[in-house]
Amino acid sequence: MELVTPEIGLVFWTTVSFLILFFLLAKFAWKPIMKAIDERERSIEDALLKADAAKEEMSRLTNENEALLKQARAERDQILAEARKLKEQIVAEARTTAQTEGARMLELARIEINNQKALALTDVKNQVAALSLEIAEKVLRKEFEDGSKQDALVADLLKEVKLK
Amino acid sequence: MNFSHILNSKKIALSVVLSVFLTFCTCKTFAIQHEEHAAEAAAETEHEEKFEPSEVILEHIADSHFFHVGGHISFPLPVILYTDKGFEVFSSEKFEHGHKAHQGKYYTYALVKDKIKVVDAEGKINEEAKVYDFSITKNVASMWLSIVLLLVIFFSVASAYKKREGKAPKGLQSFIEPLIVFVRDDIARPNIGRRYNSFMPLLLTIFFFIWINNLIGLVPFFPGGSNLTGNIAVTFVLAVITLIVTNINGNKYYWKHIFLPDVPFWLYPIMWPVELVGVISKPFALMIRLFANITAGHIIVLSLISLIFVFKSAYVSLVSVPFVVFMDVLELLVAALQAFIFTLLTALFIGTAVEEHHH
Repeated sequence: MELVTPEIGLVFWTTVSFLILFFLLAKFAWKPIMKAIDERERSIEDALLKADAAKEEMSRLTNENEALLKQARAERDQILAEARKLKEQIVAEARTTAQTEGARMLELARIEINNQKALALTDVKNQVAALSLEIAEKVLRKEFEDGSKQDALVADLLKEVKLK
Repeated sequence: MNFSHILNSKKIALSVVLSVFLTFCTCKTFAIQHEEHAAEAAAETEHEEKFEPSEVILEHIADSHFFHVGGHISFPLPVILYTDKGFEVFSSEKFEHGHKAHQGKYYTYALVKDKIKVVDAEGKINEEAKVYDFSITKNVASMWLSIVLLLVIFFSVASAYKKREGKAPKGLQSFIEPLIVFVRDDIARPNIGRRYNSFMPLLLTIFFFIWINNLIGLVPFFPGGSNLTGNIAVTFVLAVITLIVTNINGNKYYWKHIFLPDVPFWLYPIMWPVELVGVISKPFALMIRLFANITAGHIIVLSLISLIFVFKSAYVSLVSVPFVVFMDVLELLVAALQAFIFTLLTALFIGTAVEEHHH
C-alpha cells in the first residue's frame, strides 16, 4: 500500500521542479527550437515552390521561344514567297515589254522594207521604161534610115485611118 | 604557459567522462556485492540467515533519505520537515542509516522503514504529532539531476539553432530534432489538430522528462538507479498536470458533451457522474500505467538479481545475468515507449477537449 500512496514531499518537489523545468524549457528551448524548425521548413517549402515556378517559367520561355521561332520562320517563308512572286512578275513584265518592242521593231522594219521595195521597183520601172524607149528609138532609127520604109509605114498608117 | 586548450579539448572531456564512468563500473561490481551482502547481513540478523528478496526489492524501488553510492558509502540528503510547530531542517546523516533517533528542535525523529516518524524518549512512535516530510530525498535529487541534464541538452540545442540558423542540424541537434519533429508530427498534430502549436512546449517537456528519468532509472549505479517515474507521486503530478491542462482548455463542445449529452434529460443524473468519472479516470489511467510499467521493470530486474542470493550460488548468475541484460534492453524500449504513450494520451485528451464540432 505504501507503494501506491503518493508522498506529499515528492508531490511538492515534483510539482515545483516540473513547473520550473517547463517554464525554462518553454521560454529558452522550445520556443527558439520550434521557431527555427518551422522557419527552416518554411524556407525549404519556399525553395521548392520557387524551383517549381522557375521550371514553369523555363517551360514558358521555351514555348515562347518556339512560338517566336515559328513566327519568324513563317515570316521568312512569306517574304521569300513574296520575293519569288515579285521576281516572276518582273520577269513576265520584261518579257511582255520585250515582245511588244520586238513586234514594233519588226513592223517598222517591214514598213521600211516595203517602202524601199516600192522605191526600188519604181526606180527599176523608170529605168526599164527609159531603156525601152532608148531601144525603141534605136530600132526605129534603124528601121527608118531608108525613106521607102518610112513612106510604106506612113501609107500603112494612112490606110488604117481610112478604114476607120 | 597556457594549458587551457588541453582542458577545452573535446577528447579530454570525453575521456574524463569515460574514466568516471568506468570508475563507477568497477565500483559497481563491488558495490552490488557489498550492498547485497549488507542487505543479506541485515536480513540475517532479523530473520536468522534468511534472505528476504521482497524486502530488498521494495527497499530498492522505494524512495530513500540516503543516496546510495555502493557498499557502505552513501550521501546523506537534507531532511526538511514541516511540523505543527514549524519547519525543521537537518542532514539525514544524523539518523546514521536509521540506527539512531535525532533530537530536533521540536520533536525527536527516527527512521522507521525509511519513513520519518516522531518518537518519544523510549523510542515509541508518537502518532499524534503531525509531521510532513518535504525532504530532498533520493528521488528528488535524481529528478534535479535529470532537470539539469535536460536544461543542458536543450539549451545547447537551442543555441545550436541560433548559431546555425537555416542550416542543416549537426551533432546533438540532429539527434534531438527528429524527436521533436516526431512529437510534433506524430503526437501533437494528428491528435490536437489546428491548435497543436500552443501545446507543443508541454508535450515536449513531458515526453523528454519522462524519457530521461526512465533512462536514469535504468542506470544501475550512482547517480542513476532511482525509481522516479515508477513513483506514484511523480506520475500523480504529471497526470494532474494533464488533467488541469485538458480541462482549462476544454471548449463549449467538451463541456456540453459532459453536462448536456445527447440523451433524454431524465438520464442526466446518471450521465453526470459517469462523465465526471470519465474526466478523472483518463489521467488516473495515465498515472497508474507509467507507475506500474516502470516499477514492474525494476522489480523484474531486481528479482532476477535476487535469485543469486536466494539460491546462494554464483552459478545462478549464468542464468539470471543474461535475463537481466535482456530485461534491461527491453526496459530501454519501455522507457521510450512509456514516454511516448504518456505524451500521446495527453495530446489525445487535450485534442478531445479542444476539438471543434460541426453539427
